Amino acid sequence: MAVYAAVYWRSFRRYSTYRAATYAGIFTNTIFGFIMAYTYIALWHARPHLGGYNQTQAVTYVFLGQALLLTCAIFGGGFSEEFAERLRKGDIAIDLYRPVNLQGWWLASDLGRAGFHFLGRGIAPLLIGALVFQLQLTTDPLVWLGFIASVFLGVVVSFGLRYLVALSGFWLMDSRGVEQLAGLVAMFMSGMVLPLTVFPTWLGDVARVLPWSAMLQVPVDVLLGKRSALSALRFEAIWAVIVLVLGQALTAVATRRVVVQGG
Amino acid sequence: MIEVDNVAKTFVVRQRSKGMRRSRREVHAVGGLTFSVAAGEMVGYIGPNGAGKSTTIKMLTGILVPSSGRLTVAGVDPARERVGMARRIGVVFGQRTTLWWDLPLRDSFGLLRRIYRVPAARYRENLDRFVELLELAPLLDVPVRQLSLGQRMRGDIAAALMHDPDVLYLDEPTIGLDIVSKVKVREFLRELRADKGTTILLTTHDLTDIEQLCSRVMVIDHGRLVYDGGLPGLHELGESERTMIVDLDRVMPPIEVDSARVVRTDGPRQWLAFPTSASAAPLVSQIAARYPLADLSIAEPAIEDVIARLYVQGSAVAR
Amino acid sequence: MAYRTSFVMMTTAQFVVTGLDFATIGIMFTHTNSLGGYTLPEVAFLYSASGVSLGLADLLCGNVERLGQRVRDGSLDVMLIRPVPTLVQMAADQFALRRLGRITQAGGVLVWSMTRLHVHWTVDRIVLVPVMLIAGTAIFCAIFVLGAAFQFVSGDASEVMNAFTYGGNFLTQYPPTIFARDLVRTMTLIIPLGFVNWMPALHILGKADPVGLPSVFQFLSPIVAAVLAAAGALAWRVGIRSYRSTGS
Repeated sequence: MAVYAAVYWRSFRRYSTYRAATYAGIFTNTIFGFIMAYTYIALWHARPHLGGYNQTQAVTYVFLGQALLLTCAIFGGGFSEEFAERLRKGDIAIDLYRPVNLQGWWLASDLGRAGFHFLGRGIAPLLIGALVFQLQLTTDPLVWLGFIASVFLGVVVSFGLRYLVALSGFWLMDSRGVEQLAGLVAMFMSGMVLPLTVFPTWLGDVARVLPWSAMLQVPVDVLLGKRSALSALRFEAIWAVIVLVLGQALTAVATRRVVVQGG
Repeated sequence: MIEVDNVAKTFVVRQRSKGMRRSRREVHAVGGLTFSVAAGEMVGYIGPNGAGKSTTIKMLTGILVPSSGRLTVAGVDPARERVGMARRIGVVFGQRTTLWWDLPLRDSFGLLRRIYRVPAARYRENLDRFVELLELAPLLDVPVRQLSLGQRMRGDIAAALMHDPDVLYLDEPTIGLDIVSKVKVREFLRELRADKGTTILLTTHDLTDIEQLCSRVMVIDHGRLVYDGGLPGLHELGESERTMIVDLDRVMPPIEVDSARVVRTDGPRQWLAFPTSASAAPLVSQIAARYPLADLSIAEPAIEDVIARLYVQGSAVAR
Repeated sequence: MAYRTSFVMMTTAQFVVTGLDFATIGIMFTHTNSLGGYTLPEVAFLYSASGVSLGLADLLCGNVERLGQRVRDGSLDVMLIRPVPTLVQMAADQFALRRLGRITQAGGVLVWSMTRLHVHWTVDRIVLVPVMLIAGTAIFCAIFVLGAAFQFVSGDASEVMNAFTYGGNFLTQYPPTIFARDLVRTMTLIIPLGFVNWMPALHILGKADPVGLPSVFQFLSPIVAAVLAAAGALAWRVGIRSYRSTGS
């Protein structure tokens, strides 16, 4: 357990050293947040209660989205790049022989990264947005707690999905194509481009039961009071278990493949 | 061909010390550098790491602009006329390639032909010649990233010469090469000079390169030229020592003779060190007269030792 | 052969990724007939003009953003010993054909939008379309180069440039009428992204300027592009000079 904690902190600290990238990232996220906010304002001006949100909630949604974009690595990335690199070089074989659970290791690492991305990079655009626009941010500490817990599970689900994609590198020469596709699906299905409730009904209903919604739609709905924390956490936990178990199984298959083929 | 007159290069290094204060430090990479190289000469340029070799090459090739002094190559000031200079020089970097990573060797050459506007006939001629001399035929369709270091180096050399430059700079070209490749490269450079009279400046850590190729060597240390002349002179300056290996017919106490000292014994064999500049003959006759000599041989000093001494001297002088 | 399938896959991927933004716009328009007073074909026109311009600029100049990397690993020196301007070498370094994905996708939407627009196509309007695309491309190119030149100063800042290029593209996909007046003014007068498509489109679509600028502005794209391109070239030259002076 101590190993995982160490991996977590090392990852957190490592990402905190990328100072220039962090500032640049905050700048970019803020810009995109502003642009999206205006588009939502225009849309909600035309349809004031679209998707069950009012205009203020919609704008809040935008900035929460920017905060969670990198935290949940919605567009991909995070630990995936490092993992893919190790896979390409063959170093991954060493990792598979270590007496540490491969998935657990990378999960701890990704959580560390997510921790920094949320605190160090995600909060800032949210605050800036709150200064310029009118946002709906509750003062109820219990709701915030539920939100944080929901984000945590969202990161776990996101990790699980990205882990499965990263493992594809064992079978495909280059996992980059799959990663791009996965990032695309996630951007759409997480509610990043538009809230899932705004999608055409058939698509929106499907998206809301799929795991990607855990990355954004679900936690935001908790904070905006549209969904109870318990219901959200239950949903996310189920998906977390599913993806992690799949990950373990696939890791075992991959390990056997490496052992048989000799890396 | 190459005229360097009192050239200096100073870098300002900004370091962020604890807290926010930034300290400025001036690093004098090169100072008071003066030398000239005639057309067709092959000169070795050696020095310890950080001595200023790369800085000199960068200034000669136009990558870096000198802080002061005058520098011309083939009558051109590389700092002012980068493009004009580029047409007349070829450069081989030991650490990085000038070829395109993803392209087959043949395509890289083709691109270079366009860039340097080499007439088709001359290009054909050069390409055929380099392919033959550097044994590039099996490599022409291989992407550069798949070549071994030795193969890539040979490709880089061909690339640097495709446009018949007046001057060829080689920055550590044999680093990491296997011995066979090194020999091939040296062969090639010798022929190049004989055929086309290309002026060649070679920086290297491999002193065998120097011994094999250059009649003139410049030694730079701490940014200053500490030696510029032939190889024999270098030995003298370094006050290097040769080793005489004496086999006596029985075990004896260490030989005592003037101007030589015993550095090692192993049974009846003794190693004596004596100055390179001194002749071995009187020493041999002295030993033969006084000791029961069975056999004797002389080992030349490693040039590394010569240079090492020179560096030590140089830093002593520089203080 | 593997190269070609990979190329097709990556181009398709780019096609789809860039199409995502338009899918978003499409979904928005299932709930309303107009956004900021612009209809779907009109917004599609803005979206695609910006997309084509960015796509072309990315194809022509996108590689320059790798300057920071080249300074770090010393491969910029390799370019300095060749008799070709360094900017040209950087831009031409890798002709990434997969960038065609964005161009074809946006191009398709552009053609579609123009067939659906209710515009009285006079000669000046017709001519203004290619002028807008070319000037827009030049503006984005200039921003790429300016961003790259900035990497001479700070190697890590390439992401900031992305905020202006991809952010600029994202911004100009939407009509200027939905943004705060001050933002539009900034984007026209200070950071001239508005000249990529907003200003010429005002004339083509026959819309009123939301901040009330004189109508001549709608024809100024080429001049703005030229000025910005000159600024970019100058910044690059300064950057190279500084590199040759300090070695990093």
